[in-house]
Amino acid sequence: MPTTITPTSTEPKPRRHLEDHDHGSGRRPPTDKRTGGGGDNDNWNDRPNGRRGPRERLVRYRMGIFFALASDLMFFVAIVSTFFVSQNTGHFDAYNNYVNEWSPTLIPPILWLNTVVLILSSITMETARRRMFHEVDVMDEWLGLGKPITRAAIPWVAATVVLGIVFLIGQWIAWTQLAVQHVFFLSNPSSHFFYLITGVHGIHLILGIFGLVAALIGLYASHSLETRQIMVDCASWYWHSMGLFWLFLFTLLVFFQ
Amino acid sequence: MAHRKTKGGATVSFRRYLFSTNHRVIGVQYLVLALVSVTIGTLLSLLMRIHLVWPDYIVPFHGPILPEDYLALVTIHGTIMLFFVLTTAPQSGFGNLILPSQIGARRMAFPVANAISFWLTATALLILLSSTFVPGGSAISGWTAYPPFSAIASAGPGQGFGMDMWLASIAVFAIAGTIGAINTLVTIIKLRCEGMTWDRIPLTVWGWFTAALLSVIAFSVLLAALLLLFCDRHAGTSFFVPTGDLVNGVIHAAGHPGNGSPLLWLHLFWFFGHPEVYIAILPGMGLTSMLLANFSRRRVFAYRMMIFTTLLIGFLGILLWGHHMFVAGLNPYAASAFAVSTMAIAIPASAKVLSWLVTVWRSRPRYTTAMLFSLGFVSLFITGGLTGPVLAQPILDEYLHNTFFVVAHFHLIMAMAGIFGLFAATYYWFPLMSGRFMSERLGRLHFWTTIVGAYATFLPMHLTGLMGEPRHYAQLIGVPNAAGHLLAGTLPLNRFITWSAIFLATAQLLFFANLIHSLYRGKIAPPNPWQATTLEWHPALHPNAPFETSDGRIVVYRQPCEYLATAGEELILPQWRSDGIPNIKPE
Ligand SMILES: [Cu+2]
Repeated sequence: MPTTITPTSTEPKPRRHLEDHDHGSGRRPPTDKRTGGGGDNDNWNDRPNGRRGPRERLVRYRMGIFFALASDLMFFVAIVSTFFVSQNTGHFDAYNNYVNEWSPTLIPPILWLNTVVLILSSITMETARRRMFHEVDVMDEWLGLGKPITRAAIPWVAATVVLGIVFLIGQWIAWTQLAVQHVFFLSNPSSHFFYLITGVHGIHLILGIFGLVAALIGLYASHSLETRQIMVDCASWYWHSMGLFWLFLFTLLVFFQ
Repeated sequence: MAHRKTKGGATVSFRRYLFSTNHRVIGVQYLVLALVSVTIGTLLSLLMRIHLVWPDYIVPFHGPILPEDYLALVTIHGTIMLFFVLTTAPQSGFGNLILPSQIGARRMAFPVANAISFWLTATALLILLSSTFVPGGSAISGWTAYPPFSAIASAGPGQGFGMDMWLASIAVFAIAGTIGAINTLVTIIKLRCEGMTWDRIPLTVWGWFTAALLSVIAFSVLLAALLLLFCDRHAGTSFFVPTGDLVNGVIHAAGHPGNGSPLLWLHLFWFFGHPEVYIAILPGMGLTSMLLANFSRRRVFAYRMMIFTTLLIGFLGILLWGHHMFVAGLNPYAASAFAVSTMAIAIPASAKVLSWLVTVWRSRPRYTTAMLFSLGFVSLFITGGLTGPVLAQPILDEYLHNTFFVVAHFHLIMAMAGIFGLFAATYYWFPLMSGRFMSERLGRLHFWTTIVGAYATFLPMHLTGLMGEPRHYAQLIGVPNAAGHLLAGTLPLNRFITWSAIFLATAQLLFFANLIHSLYRGKIAPPNPWQATTLEWHPALHPNAPFETSDGRIVVYRQPCEYLATAGEELILPQWRSDGIPNIKPE
């Protein structure tokens, strides 16, 4: 090829530059208010193109997670719409009687307990997230006085992981309890949805737990405070959303069968 | 600029280009993928056309085309064209290649996710293509995969493993599309350079932005629908299978308890499927606005209105999926609502056409190939769009639904206008990709043959549709009774359409010749060859400028497409200030 379609080098640019006042250690307090992106109303004076302020990366990743969650919300909305359509659909049998086979699935009481566990896990996660932005600790890390933030956040993230696993085990128990009552995935249009909704939500939580574990490893291994903040922040927004989605789905399963 | 020739450089650069996270490389990868797809898709459509008028034609290495083969052709042609060409090329291909530069960003927001998204797309294409070789053959349900056939694996040929692979392919594509869309949105919102305020963003970017919003909203609904369909096929549920459905002499009620409804699939699918149409066309609409303004040296007429209409088309695009279901047993009241919302989209669409016409009106446009293709886009947008409100009316749709009238409608507006947008983009941005012009002489020849071929192929389809030729019919000959007589009556026109289609496809060889020739021998282009005003032509962002050293600040001073014409002198005001002098003179 006589000409290149791409720049001469596709080598990654070093992520950080001294002239950005950021030497890559992550030891800058993330309290700089000149943040945000876009062309509107920003102070751009000492940050030309690329990274703009210590929080730019955080906000960018957070926004990515939000759009992903919006997309995910549509996924659940689609399934819930199907739930209502199926609930209200019947057919005529051979004797011309209208038949609606939907018979509500009785919710195993353990789901209430699970819900409490999930709310608790959201609280522990939020505590961890807030610890990541604790301003005094951020200053300490910046001054090189150890990793107080990480030390404070790790137990809370770990607690969230444990509570998440407890919730999943609880869901599994709920499934076995239903199975004992001979309510299976195939039993009824309503039970399709019970298993489908809890199952799909459970898969989301398993992904969330992977995220949390990744954040834990990151908290332990990463030298950049910013990276650690991003990991915990994004994992926690995801986790909160799964909590909210569950409340929404649980309400549906309990009150709208 | 030549490739760096290092020791063992071949493998190193191969790997670097293959698994790059550079948005330009990924953009080119997407375009190559789309080019491969469009070639396959076109060849498949030619096979269909040939079979339709010469059913006895024996395909080399295959044999005669059986009805299930014909339906497989329909399915793979539709799926490939819609997903891997019309979605991939404008949104992911040119989006990656051009979008960051147009907003003054150096890269996409999430480069690694970007590469993942491309490789998922490539995987999806691979799954789709390999479904041809599984027992039972590729899916035969059309790109819409309507149940109950698609929900029952034993329903017949092409509903077995081929259908599963189709579902897998589209699921992977949906995930890839969502990741790409998130990347696009965050890039536009967060990585704009100084001064690039919302009302200064080029309309192309607004097109990509709206299309990305639609992707984020719609693709996950498709994913949910695919999951439910998969449950129907393999987990024994019946979300989409009606009670007592009789397929191939077997009543599919025993294994499928419940009251499934194929209509439910239509709701879920078209909630995605209709926005998908706008995902394909919106970037082309934005590009057309910018190109017409550039080559007419005019401001875009009613710039803010164009932004607003882009968003409005996107918004309405989500609300009107039901017009695909008028004859499927939709509640008439719901049908009225969908009819009204569908016809409402004619308002922003007409506003756009008005702006395009006013922009060009009484200017002295330079008819470059890119400009010609943009004008072709407008022309096809009008002719294809006019039948939109016709089909939006339930009572007319009652007759025209699933006839070739609909095929003509969406091929003109989506396929042809969409492809014309892609051609305009290629001719326009080619200097940016390669530093060379594409041949204008060959380009013009390509344009005229293509537009003649496009109209000759798709306009007569309105007529065969009005004569009652249905879609998805493998044969027009040999059908008994009055219906057969009716179908046989469309044969002369159909022969003409097939010849036109062959002509249209052959004309594309000109494009390939031009592409290859220009890549090596094209005229060397100056840095801003079209005297464009948008940032992708900024000297510091130009790919031929060394990336690493162009660390200068990029500041945007004005809206795109600003020109001054004072006393016979023409001044171009790019969005950036070049060398402290706000204006540069054209050649
Ligand atoms: Cu539509």
